[in-house]
Parts: sequence; structure tokens; C-alpha cells
Amino acid sequence: MTITGIAALGAGLAAIGAGIGIGKIGGSAMEAMARQPEMHGKIQSSALILAAFVEAVALFGVVAAIILK
Amino acid sequence: MELIKPGFGLVFWTLITFSILLFILRKFAWKPILGAVEEREDGIKNALASAEKARKEMENLHADNERILKEARTERETMLKEARDIKAKMIADAKDEAQAQASKMIEQAQAAIESEKKSAMAELKNHVAGLSLDIAEKVVRQELSNKDKQLELVESMLGEAKLN
Amino acid sequence: MTLNTFKSVLFSALFLAISFAGYATEDSDNKDDKEFDANEMIMHHVKDAYGMHIITFNEGKEDEHHISIPLPVILWTENGLTTFMSSEFHHDYSGQVVVEKNGGRFVNVHEKIYQLNDGESVVSYDAEHHPVNAKMPLDFSITRNVFMMWVSFTILLLIFLTAARHYKKSENNIPKGIASFVEPLVVFVRDEIGKPMIGEHKYKKYMPYLLTVFFFIWINNIFGLIPFFNGANLSGNIAFTLTLAFVTFIITTFSGNKNYWKHIFWMPGVPVPMKIFLMPIEIIGMFTKPISLMIRLFANITAGHIIILALYSLIFIFKTEFMGFVSVPFALFIGIIEIIVTAIQAYIFTVLSALYFGMATEEAHH
Repeated sequence: MTITGIAALGAGLAAIGAGIGIGKIGGSAMEAMARQPEMHGKIQSSALILAAFVEAVALFGVVAAIILK
Repeated sequence: MELIKPGFGLVFWTLITFSILLFILRKFAWKPILGAVEEREDGIKNALASAEKARKEMENLHADNERILKEARTERETMLKEARDIKAKMIADAKDEAQAQASKMIEQAQAAIESEKKSAMAELKNHVAGLSLDIAEKVVRQELSNKDKQLELVESMLGEAKLN
Repeated sequence: MTLNTFKSVLFSALFLAISFAGYATEDSDNKDDKEFDANEMIMHHVKDAYGMHIITFNEGKEDEHHISIPLPVILWTENGLTTFMSSEFHHDYSGQVVVEKNGGRFVNVHEKIYQLNDGESVVSYDAEHHPVNAKMPLDFSITRNVFMMWVSFTILLLIFLTAARHYKKSENNIPKGIASFVEPLVVFVRDEIGKPMIGEHKYKKYMPYLLTVFFFIWINNIFGLIPFFNGANLSGNIAFTLTLAFVTFIITTFSGNKNYWKHIFWMPGVPVPMKIFLMPIEIIGMFTKPISLMIRLFANITAGHIIILALYSLIFIFKTEFMGFVSVPFALFIGIIEIIVTAIQAYIFTVLSALYFGMATEEAHH
């Protein structure tokens, strides 16, 4: 396996992790919104921010893959 | 690799453009826009506050009115009560007086009746005495026209006297 | 009314996309000799370029000609400032056309300008296709990204200065026209980003930066999606995001109060060994925050462009226009998602900047 292949694999793994993370955030946010519809706006913005934090990790993976390419 | 290598020229131009944009917008756009928005919000807040104040004042006024009305009502009540009392008293007084008057009149009438009765009695007595005398005279005259009977009477009279 | 407008826009976009796809397929028939390289095409679109290229006719043929807006190339060499128009390269970015100016010879290798070493007239490459006999001068060129940045700069100024004038004119501050469009957005940034993230008392100082950065990123994200501008991928360029993240970092660092620095160097409320352990982490964290800001915006926007272009590339890879029935709806779908992403990424960048400012100015509350 070439270094590019390994890098791509790493990026994919990072994406899986981020996918799980964002999925959990989204699921919990939906649940919270269903429970408390009056907090809709606040939950949505915090979910977005948290998703951004999780996503950053995956993006670091992607960037690492680009660097190694 | 090349994708994540920042080009110096673009960094330079971005910095300059962004700084100018920030400067201009800050001075000529954000300040007036935010200022206007804030001013309007303050205006709304003030208007709401004054409306609230007016409402409170209105409420106070209302409460005052209510109080005055209540006072007036109680006053009326007391006045009515007083009037009623006075009326009752007046009626009672009148009744008493009338009663007194009536009883006095009755008394007078009784007294008059009594005296009338007395005088009538006296008159009757006199009349009866006269009548009795007349009757007695007539009886005696009739009796005494008979000699025996005169004697008998004297005797019974004497018998009575003896007893005494 | 809005729904109908939306529908008609959607249909025209679909129609345009399909007709473009058809046109492009015809194009590919003409250059059967040249193998289509999706990677190269995508990278060429995603990266910066000298000159705004709009369309190429008869590609790969004798009478090939391009329609493009030439932009100035500004270089700082050892001979001083050197400027020429990008049209002098004649749309070549393979390093074959050599431009001689101000005593230097310049070539354009994959949209990077190299200055040939003295005495050389042809650029030669090493195994990894890096020029070996040339060096890169300091490049201040007005590239298509810089050009688009200035276009968005002008549009932002037009929008917001007009809006601001409305407020000056109206007596009771009632927004009209463009101001009524701008005001909800400005109020959104203030009430949903500034106030909750920084705090009721200190947010005012940071509002100009937050508003500017929000609208600057947003408008450049949107311009990146408009095909006419050749998808000038400004907000997906790391230099752009680096600069904005750097400004956020500078503001955060300079507005850091005693409490902020204490949290970095001597975390309160934990035992001493933990303090020592946390210090390097916190110091690294100081830098990873802006770096993640930079990477996030860059990667999100670039990824969107790459996906859309890759979907269109499928048509050329499979060499059949029927692939358009697959890739066009998918590209349209991604395009619509990207429209949402333009706003979300601008929002995220602004929110996180505000969050960092809020952390820097937070007072100790224990």
C-alpha cells in the first residue's frame, strides 16, 4: 500500500469518526427539540457549533491526507 | 499539498482588503445601522415603559375612584341608616305620644264617666229614696188604715228594738 | 408568490445545468485525443489563477481561442517591481510561454509564476514536476481570487452603505428597501452571535469585526458557487481563511484579560501537577483554535466545489451524455446543500470567533 493509500484510508477513518459524532449530536439535538420545542433555536445553534467542533477533527484528518499525498 | 500552502500575495491582499472593509463598514455602516436599531429598540422600550406607567397611573386612578365610590357608598349607607333610625325613632315617639295621649284621654273619659256615674248614682239614690218614701208612705197609709195591722207593726218594731 | 419564484428559479437552474452538460459533452467529443483528467480539471478550478477565464472554444484544435478577463500580474523581483497583464501568457499554464519583462523571464507553471534563473530560457522539471531551474518571486498579482474579493468588497460596500444611508434619511429609523433586508441579518449577528457568545456588556466592541467577517465570508462563499465567475474559490483558499483566522487570533490575544491568561498558564482550581500538565495543552490550544477555524472554512468550501466538479466529471469519465441524468441532479442537490453551507460556515466562523473573544474577556466568577 502506498503512502497515498494509507493517507486516504486515514482520512476515511477520520470521516467515519466525525460521522458518528455528528450523527449523535444531530440525534440528541432532534430529541431535545422534540422534548422542548420552545428551546428550538438555542438547541439548533449549539448543535451546529458542536458539529463544527467534531467536524474540525475530520477536517484535520483530510488535511493530513492532503499533506501526505 | 499545494492546496494547503497559502499564497503570500493572497494573504497580503486579503489582509489589506479586509482591513479597509472593516474600517469603512465600521465607520459608515455598522455604526449608523446598529445605532439606529438600538435607538429604535430604546424608543420601543421607553414607549413600553411609559405605557406601563400610564397603565399604572390609570390603575391608581381607578383605585382612587373605587375608593371614593366606596366611601360614598358607605356614607350613603350610614346616612340611610341614620335616616332609618330617625324615622323609626320618630315613629316610636309618635306612637308613644299617641299612646300617652290616648291613655290620658281614656283616663279623663273614665274619670268623667266615674263622676257622671257618681252623680247619677246620687241622683238615683235621692230618687229611689223619694220613691221609697212615697211607696212607704203609700204602704204605711194603706196598712195603717187597719187598726190591727198598726198594732202588729208597732209590736214587731218593739220586738226588734228589744233585741237591740 | 415566493414559492412560484423559487420553482421557476429551480427549473431554470436545472435546465441550464442540463444544457451546459450537453454542451460540455459535445466539447469532449472534439478532444478525443486528449484523455480527460478529472483531478487536474478540479484542481485547476479549486486553486487560484491569473486571469478570469470564462470559456474556451474549439479546445485542442488549431483555432482554439479563449474568452477571459486578463488581470494584472505584479511581482517583486530583485530588479524591483515587475508588472504585466496575465494575457501575455496566452492562457498557458504549462510553463511553455516565457514572458520577458524587466530583465527577468517568467513562466506560468500550474498557475504559479516562476522566474527562470539567469541564462535559462526553458523551464525544466524534476521527477515530481517541480521546476528546478526557476525560483518563485514575491507575488502580489491581482489573481482571480483577489479580483473576486474586490468585487465582493464593492458589493458589500454598496449594500451596507446604501442601507446605512436609509437610516440617516428616515426620521423614525424605520428600515426601508435594502435596509429592511440587511437589518434582520445585522440584528441576527448581534442577538444570536454577539450577545450570547461574548456577553451583554462587552459585545459592542467586537460587533464591527463580527459583522464584517460574517458578511465577507458569506458573500465570498456565494460568489464561489456562481459558475460565471469560474467558481473563484476565494473562501476555499487557505490564504484567505488563514488571514481571517489570524485576525481573530490577534483580536483574541490582545483582548485577553488576566483571567484568560491565568487559565492558560496557571489553571485555577486544579492541583499543582495538573496545572503544569495543562499549561502546554492550553498554550497549544491557543493556536489550534484559529487553525481549526482556518481549516474548517477552507475544507468545507473546497470540498463542496470538489464534489460538484467531480459529479460533473463523471460525464466526461464515462464519455456519455446520459451520465448527465445522474450527475446533474446530484450536482444540483449538492449545490442546494452548498447554498445552505455558505451561510452555515459564515455563521460558524463568526460564532467561534465570538466564542473565543468571549473566552478571552470572561471575568473570573468564583
